[in-house]
Amino acid sequence: MYIIVVGAGKVGYYLAKELLEAPEGHEVLIIELDAAKVERVTQELGDIALRGDGCEAATMEKAGYGRADMVIAVTGDDEDNLVVCQVAKAKFSVPRTVARINNPKNESIFKQLGIDTTVSATAAILAQIEQELPIHGLIQLLSLKGGGLEIVEVKVPQRASVVGKRIGELLLPQQSLITLIVDSDGTPRVPSNDTIIRAEDQVVAVTRRESEDALRAALTNSSSPAAPGR
Amino acid sequence: MKVVIMGCGRVGATLATWLDNDGHDVTVIDIRPDAFKRLPPEFKGRRHAGNAIDQDVLARVGLRQADAFVAVTQGDNRNVMATQMAKHLFGVRRTLCRIYDPIREEIYRDLGLETISPTLVGAQLLKDLIDKEPAAAGGETEA
Repeated sequence: MYIIVVGAGKVGYYLAKELLEAPEGHEVLIIELDAAKVERVTQELGDIALRGDGCEAATMEKAGYGRADMVIAVTGDDEDNLVVCQVAKAKFSVPRTVARINNPKNESIFKQLGIDTTVSATAAILAQIEQELPIHGLIQLLSLKGGGLEIVEVKVPQRASVVGKRIGELLLPQQSLITLIVDSDGTPRVPSNDTIIRAEDQVVAVTRRESEDALRAALTNSSSPAAPGR
Repeated sequence: MKVVIMGCGRVGATLATWLDNDGHDVTVIDIRPDAFKRLPPEFKGRRHAGNAIDQDVLARVGLRQADAFVAVTQGDNRNVMATQMAKHLFGVRRTLCRIYDPIREEIYRDLGLETISPTLVGAQLLKDLIDKEPAAAGGETEA
């Protein structure tokens, strides 16, 4: 893939480095306005940096946005990342645009304005904090492109009604699939129908967005009064 | 009419003053509080120091009730982002966006924003003056 990264700060630099080292063998170009940062990229990663304004048409022509498979805007300014992606789409029909956002509240407006993917370090850290808190909620790990499917993680509480049951006998929402279970001691298991759910298991599942609540309820609700014993 | 202006530079401050004189309800937002020095002391509108590409700030100045929003900061991209937020998030009926870069201006005009490029307007005015040079120069010497 030909990937253009706009912004050679810390995020852009390490992103480009990882992309270059990936086994897929991507072609990577970094666009950066600051001469010192361009110099650093050139010295460390080779001749892959173009000095210029990533949202100025002349730079974009030169960078070959027209043949880019993906444009990733990771400058420190949300407004610049937005415009880079919008212009890439509107003028150069780039199939996939990714914008880094600093203010997590910008996520929905970016989506509304046609940015394919937004990445927010702030939101990621918040999610991490939520993950560390013992609230037994459902955590979204990843949205799968198209189809409204998501990969989510649920921690099974001590008193959940599913504890001790086989996966085969669980009543899960339609199109929800348990794909991985990590024990409380960190051992991963690929589940089958006969796998028994234990308390404190981390359950990773694929589900439809609209089934999230039902899935969380199925895996975390305490034993219903009707269910005798455990 | 309730008007929110983002950017209190020369253009923003002048526009705010004119609209205020005409009796409109004007709010000016600028990220640097000292920019408000450009407004005359008798300016009756509101001065709000803050970052206008933050939707919480836009909500705080009552953008939802505004009839018009004008983005005239130095940054094209800030103007573009704020204008789109005003239009799509806050449903402001009339939004105006200054974009210096003529190419970006064309792109966002095609995307449905009401835009103005002072680069093109200024260059056109100057060119018109140069084209009419003989008459204008003659008029000047006579005066």
